[in-house]
Amino acid sequence: MISGSRLERVLASGNFAVTSELGPPKSASAKGVTKHAAMLKDCSDGQNLTDNQTAIVRLSSIAAAVHVLAAGGDPIIQMTCRDRNRIALQSDLLGAASLGVKTVLCLTGDHQSFGNHGTAKNVFDLDSIQLIAAVKGLRDDKRFLCGEECKVEPKLFIGCAENPFADPFEFRVMRLEKKARAGADFVQTQAVFDVPRFAQWMEGVRSAGLHKRIHILGGVIPVKSAAALKYMATVPGMRIPAQLVKRMEGAADPEQEGVALCVEIIQQLRQIEGVAGVHIMAVYWETIVPEIVARAGLLPRP
Amino acid sequence: MIVGERKPVESILAMLAPHGKVLLAGCGTCVTVCLAGGEKEVGVLAAALRLARQAEGKPLEVVEATIERQCEHEFVEELAAKLAGAEAILSLGCGAGVQTIAERYADLPVYPGLNTSFIGIPVKHGDWAERCAACGDCILDSTGGICPIARCSKSLLNGPCGGSAEGKCEVSEDTDCAWQLIFDRLKAQRRLELLAEVRPPKDWSRHRDGGPRRIVREDAAL
Repeated sequence: MISGSRLERVLASGNFAVTSELGPPKSASAKGVTKHAAMLKDCSDGQNLTDNQTAIVRLSSIAAAVHVLAAGGDPIIQMTCRDRNRIALQSDLLGAASLGVKTVLCLTGDHQSFGNHGTAKNVFDLDSIQLIAAVKGLRDDKRFLCGEECKVEPKLFIGCAENPFADPFEFRVMRLEKKARAGADFVQTQAVFDVPRFAQWMEGVRSAGLHKRIHILGGVIPVKSAAALKYMATVPGMRIPAQLVKRMEGAADPEQEGVALCVEIIQQLRQIEGVAGVHIMAVYWETIVPEIVARAGLLPRP
Repeated sequence: MIVGERKPVESILAMLAPHGKVLLAGCGTCVTVCLAGGEKEVGVLAAALRLARQAEGKPLEVVEATIERQCEHEFVEELAAKLAGAEAILSLGCGAGVQTIAERYADLPVYPGLNTSFIGIPVKHGDWAERCAACGDCILDSTGGICPIARCSKSLLNGPCGGSAEGKCEVSEDTDCAWQLIFDRLKAQRRLELLAEVRPPKDWSRHRDGGPRRIVREDAAL
């Protein structure tokens, strides 16, 4: 064990992993984080804390992680390259580890034009792959990016994201390979709605032997309505099959249909060779996660 | 070339409000080619300023002068002959031009009439696009001649982010994804192995981040 994190233990033992996501609030109150952490800790092996997702200012992911730890959860801090240079990123890695965080997810970050501070200056001093390498260098070589020694290294389990549905499709396996080579231990994918397309990407992943080098968690999002699904179809890099929209439109109880769809996708992902777990992104609907995990037959957690 | 865009006339009028006579200086190089600050644009702006000030009952005398290059002292010197009585200079040059004039005629207020936008090219008539970020450490050899620093919204060095869709950038559907372009070109050249390499963090000290830049060459000194 490198980090001793619960997610690392579950994946190392060969169990099908479940992670969840928790969006920190646009306020200085930790109440919601604490409440949701208590709900998610028994049905997921790690809880992602988003880092100013879609470039909207929120309570910091590292601070939120401390509240999750206090609630008995297993925080996965998301860290984007948008807002911090290599000095601040490395500083926050040390800080997070000192506070008990054991897992980090390295991301490039949504462009600030999507958020509520569109006139901000972005940073992107590093990209996500360089950030992965920076965490690995600190952890395994005890070296900062500049080469200087870090006496007490942050023992972090290193995650990354990949979008199998983005273009160029042919490059997506190569990109994951680069992330594995840079030092990522696990990957959480963009939400899967188009399972055949995901399976096609997984074929490429397997033929490159990547499923043996990096733990792959397929992303899923439970949707509450056809409108939500239609909106997602407009997000660059998302693929939503038209028949799923029709199915949601025809549902008598869209919320229950959304849960059923999510559970089905989890079960389909579980059948794909090389998929080591799922990542459930139910932001603004955290309360539904225990039900989804139970109905997918993934309780109790190991 | 350096591509610029003229500021709105209202902004320029606000800058010139305290003055009764100004020299309006055009530049015959980059901003002439991008139709923002050459002799023709000087004429158009001068007429608009005179008309607007006439209508306000506070006439403005505008002397027009377009020189070869505002970013070189030897050309900027030529403006001296036209400065008699001018209370200020309005430059339609790029930021380098404005500052060269301001340095030479330090007693006068010098105003920028353009917003200097980027180093780029005309992709078609009336459409200019950024191509170079002047980062000080060119990597075009390994990216198929397409710059990800200038043309990727996040200046990524290791391939496209998850927001690349159908060849377009997540930031705007009017923007090509630079990494899709790089991928396509290197694939066509059978050089995709260049993209497999994990590129280390960039040395940004050679960009603006290292402080104002300067190149000193003894071989070129007089």
